[in-house]
Order: sequence, then structure tokens, then C-alpha cells
Amino acid sequence: MIPYPFTYHRAKSLADAQAMLAREPDAKLLAGGHTLIPAMKLRLANPAALIDISGLAELSFVRESGEQIAIGAATTHFDVMTSDIVRARIPALADLVEEIGDPAVRYMGTIGGSIANNDPAADYPAAVLGLGGTVQTTQGAIAADDFFTGMFSTALEEGEIITEIRFPIPRRAAYAKFANPASRYAMVAVFIAEFGKNIRVAVTGAAPCVFRAQEMETALAKDFRPQALAAISISPDGLNSDIHGSAEYRAHLVPVMARRAVAAALARRP
Amino acid sequence: MVSVSITVNGKVHRAEIEDRTLLVYFLRDTLRLTGTHIGCDTSQCGACVVLLNGRAVKSCTMFAAQADGAEIVTIEGLGKADALHPVQEAFREHHGLQCGFCTPGMIMTAVDMIRRKPQLDRTTIREELEGNLCRCTGYQNIVSAIEAAAKQMAEPGA
Repeated sequence: MIPYPFTYHRAKSLADAQAMLAREPDAKLLAGGHTLIPAMKLRLANPAALIDISGLAELSFVRESGEQIAIGAATTHFDVMTSDIVRARIPALADLVEEIGDPAVRYMGTIGGSIANNDPAADYPAAVLGLGGTVQTTQGAIAADDFFTGMFSTALEEGEIITEIRFPIPRRAAYAKFANPASRYAMVAVFIAEFGKNIRVAVTGAAPCVFRAQEMETALAKDFRPQALAAISISPDGLNSDIHGSAEYRAHLVPVMARRAVAAALARRP
Repeated sequence: MVSVSITVNGKVHRAEIEDRTLLVYFLRDTLRLTGTHIGCDTSQCGACVVLLNGRAVKSCTMFAAQADGAEIVTIEGLGKADALHPVQEAFREHHGLQCGFCTPGMIMTAVDMIRRKPQLDRTTIREELEGNLCRCTGYQNIVSAIEAAAKQMAEPGA
């Protein structure tokens, strides 16, 4: 399959990419390309130009500063998953990244690309929302709670480029994913992070956009054990329904995966 | 058009190509290296896997322009018919292929897998093969071949 013609540019720096994007508003940024290129091959996407920001050293890093980890937007899944800092400080994040795609995809795909795309069944949005991360862009900082605005949509403005994502380090956290057996995308997956009395529960795959399950957060703040979720059910209203599973099925899966995530978080030493 | 300079199997190739040329088409149509296959064309099957600076990636899911300045190894660069790479030899020995269509991608994935994880058990091999599909073998002999190759390559002097 061959995409429509376009012009390829390789950015030499973030500033260079910004200038190119300003000159060519119909251009798209190319990071790992593992969503964009398949879409272009199917001719579902037809950008006039691509600005390649993969391999920009200034966008590819994992750094620890105080009680946060900062990950550059063009850092590949492989580099996050194998980062000693991530494995030591937020092992649940490394676990989540290991669930994305397959080894070849993880060599190319990037964190910035994943969250900018905001696929309803993607893994990374659950970590960014579940940990209460901050998305730093060329225009400013966006809290995770404000970033994911709907199916395939985010708070990013035209020409705005994600530069890094900052994650607060939780006492403990875990990700429990029920993967579609064919695509390995999340049917439902839940990321739970415990920051002492502050609990965050993020659900991906179930709805058109990642969301927080606040009733579960309140219950887990009182009692951080799987049993605390026993009485909580999720309404199927507004959840995804497709050939892989009905909204009722997904609604049932949310507390199941949440309980598994709590059990997995408890199995870690805080 | 875009100019690229890509090292493939140790040889530098310079070419003027359409910007939209996927790496797999550059390898197959421009360089006539047809060992790299196109299977699903939707980034799932792994028949097109090549090594990009040592990392096993899907050449149907990147543009040749992205590989400008990079080093690529394809199945043709791995071994020769009379001097097979240990992974190729293990696939032959353990009957790790039937029709052979997926085999180049399987072997390139295996080479990268063994480099990263020299101690491979069968469960890990199966997890690592998630991005490579085979419609013939049922995977048993592919897993056996990779397991044997990893053991052989770990031996001193291998």
C-alpha cells in the first residue's frame, strides 16, 4: 500500500520543527509513525508534509527530578520500558509500556505520539491520567485531567508540540489490562496509583476516551484493598460497544480489572 | 524527491527516491533485495522485519527517508547459502519453516531477541514473537529453532 504523495522534512531541532510547522500548517509531525504511517497507507490520512522529530535528542530522555520523572515526548516505548529510572521508581509504568504493541512497534512508537493520538484503547493515556501527570508543550503545561478531551482528541492547539511528560512518583501503582486476544489493544484496562490518601483510578478501552473512576478512588482512599470495590458497579451508558464486546461486558470488566490492579499494587512494596 | 544514503548489508546505497517510498519498497524494488517480504502491509505480521541500527523493526511501517544515514541488515546480509547464520542454521535444523514466507522476518526478530536476551526460555520466545505471524507451523518449531540458536550462540567461541 502506498500513501498519497507528501514532502518529507527532517527537523534538526525542536525550534526547527516549530518553524516548519508554522510555515506548513498542513504538515503533520512524524515521531514513531506507528499510527500515522498505517493511516497514510490506508489513505485515511493525507498530510501535505511530514516533519520528522524522531531521533531529536532534546525530546528523547528519561530524567528524575525530586518526586517526579520527566520523559521526553519522542522517547520510544522500548527506551521507557528499559529505563532503570522508570523500573526503579514507577515499575507500573514500565509494565504498562511492555503491554503496548509488539517488540518492533515498541522500538519505534513514542510516548508523545501515543498521547497526542489519544486512541480510546491506547495504554499510555491510562498512565498519564492515572498518575496525574503533566503534559509539557511548546505553549505551556497541561494537567492530565485537562489533556484528554474525547475520542482521538486532546487539548493540544494547532502547531503545539508536546515536549515532555512529567509523572509524580506514587507510593505504589499497578496496571491491569484485559487485552483483545487478536489486536492486543485494551478491551478494558485500569491504572491505579496510590499517593498515600490520594488515589487515582484511570480506565482506558472502555469508553471513547480515558476517564477517572471517582467512586472507586473515594472507596480506595478509605480502604486500599480489592474488597473496597465490591459494591461498586459501572454503568454501561456511554461505554464502547463493538464486535469485540458490548457496553455491558466492558462495564463488568472495569471493576474486575480495578480489583486486579489494586491486588497487584498491594503486592509491591511501597 | 528526497536523497538518501542508506547502508544496507554493509554497502552504502545513494538514491533519489519519492518521499513516500516505504523502506520495504526501497529494499525490494530499488535494491532488488526481495528476501524482505510484504505480508499483511498493516504492521501486524512481521514478514518485513529488518534490523535498523541493530533493532528489529517493520520496514513496511517507516519511510526510506527516515532511514537516511542508518545501517540496515536484511536477511540477505545475515548469512550465505554455504555459510548460514546460526539462527538460519537452527531454523533449517529444527524445521522452523514450512512455506517460508514469514521466515525472513522471524529470523531477523530472533537475531535481535537473542542479542537482547541471551537467556531465552520458551515462554519469553513466544512473547517476543508477538509481532511475527506464521500461518503454517503452529510456532512449535520456530520456538525450538530460536531456543537452540540462543543456546548455540551463547557457547564460548560461538
